[in-house]
Amino acid sequence: MSKSAILSSSIAKKYWMAFTGLFLSLFLVGHLLGNLQLIFITGEEGKRAFNEYAFFMTHNPLIKVMSYLTYLSVLFHAIDGIFLAIQNKKARPIPYAYNNPGANSKLPARQMAVLGSVILIFIVIHMSNFWWKMKFSSEPMPLHSVMVKDPQSNQSQTLYLTHTDNFFPTSAFETTPMAEAQMEIKNETDFYNKQVNIKMGEGYKDLHSLVMTFFGQTKPGFPTNKYALFAVIGYVLAMAVMSMHLMHGFSSAFQSLGLNHKKYNKAIKTFGTAFALLIPLGFAIIPIIIYLNK
Amino acid sequence: MKLTLKIWRQKGPNDKGQMVTYPVDNISGDMSFLEMLDVLNEQLIETGDSPIAFDHDCREGICGSCSLYINGEAHGPDRAVTTCQLHMRKFHDGETIYIEPWRAKAFPVIKDLVVDRSAFDRIMAAGGFISVNTSGNTIDANTIPIPKQDADAAFEAATCIGCGACVATCKNSSAMLFVSAKVSQLSLLPQGKVEAKERVLNMVNRMDEEGFGNCTNTGACEVECPKEISLENIARMNREYFKAALSAE
Repeated sequence: MSKSAILSSSIAKKYWMAFTGLFLSLFLVGHLLGNLQLIFITGEEGKRAFNEYAFFMTHNPLIKVMSYLTYLSVLFHAIDGIFLAIQNKKARPIPYAYNNPGANSKLPARQMAVLGSVILIFIVIHMSNFWWKMKFSSEPMPLHSVMVKDPQSNQSQTLYLTHTDNFFPTSAFETTPMAEAQMEIKNETDFYNKQVNIKMGEGYKDLHSLVMTFFGQTKPGFPTNKYALFAVIGYVLAMAVMSMHLMHGFSSAFQSLGLNHKKYNKAIKTFGTAFALLIPLGFAIIPIIIYLNK
Repeated sequence: MKLTLKIWRQKGPNDKGQMVTYPVDNISGDMSFLEMLDVLNEQLIETGDSPIAFDHDCREGICGSCSLYINGEAHGPDRAVTTCQLHMRKFHDGETIYIEPWRAKAFPVIKDLVVDRSAFDRIMAAGGFISVNTSGNTIDANTIPIPKQDADAAFEAATCIGCGACVATCKNSSAMLFVSAKVSQLSLLPQGKVEAKERVLNMVNRMDEEGFGNCTNTGACEVECPKEISLENIARMNREYFKAALSAE
């Protein structure tokens, strides 16, 4: 009895929706704080800060555990949600000829499954744009490089940055008609001396430039994204949908977990509304600012 | 008042059914909605048509027999009233009114506007009671001291008349408001606490078996409930269920 009660009853399914939903809300806060570096730290400093942050996020073991929990929560929230939506649809096989649900409930509350599905599609596109390219793409990611100008000769040089704050000129990796390359890149980010085959340093994947390019910033050495405007519009629209989903979802999660108390209901509702407005807004302004600053 | 009524007609449980249009005239604003239907039924009987079947009993808003989904809302556009207490002054001359039965898989249509709500009875039979011997020496109700707040909350929950408006209005046909009111009214009182764990598990289990949908907290039930049963009861049931599911043997 208890086993099925915790896993499969209608109320237990709601606990899981609420629990994973609140965990994902927490994830949004962390993700937003990371992303805000894109607009609050500018120039070379911002690029370096963001790429170091991206490296930390993909290599810290604790973050790794959290990221797997996040993937699991997204999957569980989506699958459980779809399952609930199908079950709910089946509970009324014959619809009303005339219905007026607007008289007793709000639109986001009634369309959580539709809003959630849009968000799921967004997550797939979003991850294939950045996460997939960063981790699995067959094309190697460009590495973090800085352009340095020699004040005497007035010649500029591009250098790769390593974790130990060393620099390697990118020209050392290129084979020219005059000479063969002295260095090579192995395992995507490792700089090797070609002759002695010793690892000289490790570079950073340049996620910053990928994001900037994606949302329309034109940088020398990177292709311009012809569809940047569509990317920005799509991203902003997805955040509007996220806002509606959170508008109902945040306070709803508390109700599902039984946390309904006259003394705190108003605070939960107010906080939920503020959360649903501010978090997606915070995400949405980032690509807009990048696009406008191109 | 002259009205156009669009009413669901269905000969029996296996009939396909359809919306049928009926014009009615000389409807007074002081009539209740059911009296208006009585007028229409008189007309239908006179013309040799079969009268429209609908549920009703006390016509005082306390028995929970009447139902009807009127113009897209359970018990019509008025708040905190059942259909029998809904008056025709809430409508205007020349209006078209849609009248449908409760729609839910767990509430199959028997005839016209009458649905089978015995799923609620089976949920009650699964745990909506206290097992005490009430024959013979009944003790005075005030022998056991009960905090006023608990007594009030239990009484408020107990005002649920089991009409099924919550299921009818819920986009998921969820019975959570009904079940939570019944769970609350008993579990808040000392006599009901004894069987609280089994009660909530058994009643929710039965509710799921009957084919009601899942609650998504839209709050529509609370708005349409003729007895204004609060969503607090659903949260209370969620808490009760959590405790019971973890600790029941």
